[in-house]
Amino acid sequence: MNFRIPILKLRDTLIVSIQWELDDQTALQFQEDLLTKLHETSARGVVIDLTSIDFIDSFIAKVLGDVISMSSLMGARVVITGIQPAVAITLIELGIRLEDVMTALDLENGLDKLQLELEA
Amino acid sequence: MSDQSSVEILTEWDIVAARQLGRNVAKELGFGTVDQARITTAISELARNIYLYAGKGRIEIQQLTENGMKGILIIAADSGPGIPDIRKVMEDGFTTSGGLGAGLPGVKRLMDDFKIETILGEGTDIRATKWLR
Repeated sequence: MNFRIPILKLRDTLIVSIQWELDDQTALQFQEDLLTKLHETSARGVVIDLTSIDFIDSFIAKVLGDVISMSSLMGARVVITGIQPAVAITLIELGIRLEDVMTALDLENGLDKLQLELEA
Repeated sequence: MSDQSSVEILTEWDIVAARQLGRNVAKELGFGTVDQARITTAISELARNIYLYAGKGRIEIQQLTENGMKGILIIAADSGPGIPDIRKVMEDGFTTSGGLGAGLPGVKRLMDDFKIETILGEGTDIRATKWLR
């Protein structure tokens, strides 16, 4: 059974809130859905909010890192928001560095950051 | 002295089942949110290794009581090909699956104790423990 993660459009930005634990298929489906939506809407920015996510393993981290690179190939910037303390700690202990990834504390800060980036 | 439950790892979905089981046990034992995340992540990595490298195996979760301390033991056992060079897989950054999996050094850092036994052609048995502080 596959869930699809809803992708909302607000002006020139796509907003995604990941609300439940990601299995491999859902994560890969999300990758494809986000890129398709970017293509359809010509959005220039994406905010992926992870507030509800309480752990990220290396697979999910790789899917996220990949989707950020892929979006960048298509000309869009991605901000990751709402990474919980426990997630930040385990990611670093696990040895995963999400380098060159734009992050912000929450959705509001993420949208501000993206706006600045897109105007620059 | 120990209470156990296990999940057979055959498909990607079993990885989800294994980490959910581990998280529930960790929560019951009274681990905080950071340790719950560490335990859940460690199980996810170990289960994925089984799925990727051995094809099938088993994740067992045991509750431990030892010298008045409580803890959780994760056993990842498979009868896959075994690991030819343990020293190498315990090096940071080493992976044979094209960047998938942070590997065993990451799991070791997330947990308190980490033991690995592997026999070529027979399989691998990994035991990782986290103690409740």
